[in-house]
Amino acid sequence: MNFDFSDDQKMLQQAARDFLQEASPLSVCRSVLESQQLYSKPVWQGAAQLGWLGTVIPEEYGGAGFGYLELAVIAEEVGRALAPIPFASTAYLATEAILLAGSSAQRQEFLPKLAAGELVGTFAIAERPGQNGVEGVTTAFDGTSLTGTKVPVLDGEAADFAVVVAREGGATSLVLVDLNGDGVKRSGIESFDPSRPLARIEFASAPATRLGQSGAGAALTEKLFDRAAVLLAFEQIGSAARAFDITREYTLQRYAFGRPIASFQSLKHRLADLWCEIELARSNCYYGAWALSNDDPELAVAACLARVSASQAFDNVARDMIQMHGGVGYTWEFDCHLFYRRAKLLSSVIGTTASWKDKLVNRIEAKEGAAAA
Amino acid sequence: MDFNDTPEEAEYRTQVRAWLDANAELRNPDDTGGGALGERIDDATLAACKAWQKKKSDAGWACLRWPRQYGGREATSIQSVIWGQEERRYKTPPDIFGIGIGMAGPTLMAHATEAQKATWLLKMCSGEEIWCQLFSEPGAGSDLAGLRTSAVRDGDDWMINGQKIWTTGAQFCDWGILVARSDANAAKHKGLTYFVVDMKSPGIEVRPITQINGGQGFNEVFFTDVRIPDENRLEGVGDGWRVALTTLMNERASIGAGSGGGGGVGDLLNLARRCAIDGAPALQDKAVRARIADFYVKSKGLQFTAARTQSALSQGKIPGPEASLGKLVGGVLIQDMAEFAMELQGMTAAVSDASVALNDGAWQDRYLSIPGLRIAGGTDEVLRNIIAERVLGLPPEIRVDKNIPFKDVPTGAK
Repeated sequence: MNFDFSDDQKMLQQAARDFLQEASPLSVCRSVLESQQLYSKPVWQGAAQLGWLGTVIPEEYGGAGFGYLELAVIAEEVGRALAPIPFASTAYLATEAILLAGSSAQRQEFLPKLAAGELVGTFAIAERPGQNGVEGVTTAFDGTSLTGTKVPVLDGEAADFAVVVAREGGATSLVLVDLNGDGVKRSGIESFDPSRPLARIEFASAPATRLGQSGAGAALTEKLFDRAAVLLAFEQIGSAARAFDITREYTLQRYAFGRPIASFQSLKHRLADLWCEIELARSNCYYGAWALSNDDPELAVAACLARVSASQAFDNVARDMIQMHGGVGYTWEFDCHLFYRRAKLLSSVIGTTASWKDKLVNRIEAKEGAAAA
Repeated sequence: MDFNDTPEEAEYRTQVRAWLDANAELRNPDDTGGGALGERIDDATLAACKAWQKKKSDAGWACLRWPRQYGGREATSIQSVIWGQEERRYKTPPDIFGIGIGMAGPTLMAHATEAQKATWLLKMCSGEEIWCQLFSEPGAGSDLAGLRTSAVRDGDDWMINGQKIWTTGAQFCDWGILVARSDANAAKHKGLTYFVVDMKSPGIEVRPITQINGGQGFNEVFFTDVRIPDENRLEGVGDGWRVALTTLMNERASIGAGSGGGGGVGDLLNLARRCAIDGAPALQDKAVRARIADFYVKSKGLQFTAARTQSALSQGKIPGPEASLGKLVGGVLIQDMAEFAMELQGMTAAVSDASVALNDGAWQDRYLSIPGLRIAGGTDEVLRNIIAERVLGLPPEIRVDKNIPFKDVPTGAK
């Protein structure tokens, strides 16, 4: 048993951290947030040059052919930097969907460009408030074209193509759509984290091709979300750890009543609790990474563990970050709000914490049932 | 990253299982095993404990990580983890040797002379002699260095007077590790000295303490002119605090290592199937499911955190203050789970009578035991301070008792 990353993986992580410290300080996240930019092109290009977009893409398609442990450590660094790039939508969702279900022609068409960072992809599922999965999807696929509206779509304006969850007959299917093609109208929508913009995409008989079997949409989405959950969880703990470090530093430097506020037990204990929460989430993430990289059946449970604990850890750290900064934490000028915004965006984007808890108990029951049978 | 055994680990596990299969009976995996804090050990149980330890020791399966000359087998940390995982699957007597083997042993290894080690370690390992810890006092719990039991030099001996408390097993132990104040004029942490005391010495009186769960695992121990030969002192006069820290680090590491593992969540699932809310099994209730998910996520997080610690140990890293996490999170988690189990049982929650209570009243037992676990071996609050100061590097508490003679330190009585 060895429940740790290898030295090579740690070196890769350090290299990713070094690059992002230089290329993507928090001011870069802020500049995307405050402008109409959809993402930071220089950071994206740097990530592409470093081969991050092709981390798990097989070498025959121009990828690095690494495993998910490598992608996980990069995800953590993307999170630590709050990097304003469409990494999650492209790497954990669109690329994964093609790896999971793509025909050889589709793989041939998309993977080399994805690996090179020439394509931005996204996954379009949501249509209405309260949705957490494929339930209630009305966007329809007729075998060749797609009609309906998806909102919100993460990186929907920046993406070149989308994997869309659509109704086909009485079931759901995944379909691929060129977002620059006919019958596609997209517009940005206001959100509280424009550093990772959301869009509305309207499809009016847009040409589309099926990804995977007809009617396999629900099963593929579940599988895809499990995989993305682990990778997003690494991004979340990266962000949470950064928020924690900034807060710790601040409480050491800020004096009140003649002492650093970090010397007050109420803050020491709160920081200790947050640290525990991040560490537990990290441990669950490691388990998720192990299950993902080994394609182990435990992934069904491990993904929920990673997702729930990382979402909660980042949400809680981001919230307490503002509180422990006091008044300045509530100003636009300080960076706390960048984390507060990102935390809630990430903890909702592939289904809320509550929906993953529900999934977890279903799966524990299923596992018990299987063990008893 | 690999959760599975390496071929060497698998081979070791096979050896361990073969020996355990030949020498013990498998436990029912659904039996979560007491959880009740501190029951009084009767003579028959004591004999069974000693016999089991002797059996392990004779076969070379006791104190795995210790040097061979003291009875160990110089095993790696992962091997000792494997042993622990396997031994838990079998019916074995309660572990009454933990304080000796887990805390006193490592302290002796680090601080005792060769002669002292030769005297004590072999019989500790074989279970022939049992050890207890004489640290806490009525006026010195979390503030352990505020202890007042006095040690006064008298010829070749030290004369001990005072009172210790929360001493597990004092009534049947052979030896105790004792920290006493040898100089009240020195500053608080500087006036302490560490001894090994023969628990059969004249002048020692042991009185059981009845806990809120009715158990009597702990004792008060009174010292009246108890003599300890100077050769039973560890390290120098006034070095007691430094030696005590070794013991305490090992205490937290051993408590921390024991927590986690998803234990109990399966029990809660079953309980939620058997209790009804509005005529349907409680497990169908969304709010119930969300709580169970919370417990499971934390409990697995603890299990995998322990796995990360074990991996670090196997790479030769030293267990640090981060071991406090397991006890801090685990204690609250079990208490939350016990409270939730009470809630599921509705108006019968307070009933521990096994003919009425589900699960033979195990959750009711746990409900009464858990408050003790959150206090023993470092309260939640002390553990948070340790994490804040030693892991996170936050400023230490402001101390009004430092750098003044101990006798001038304010107390409630002054």
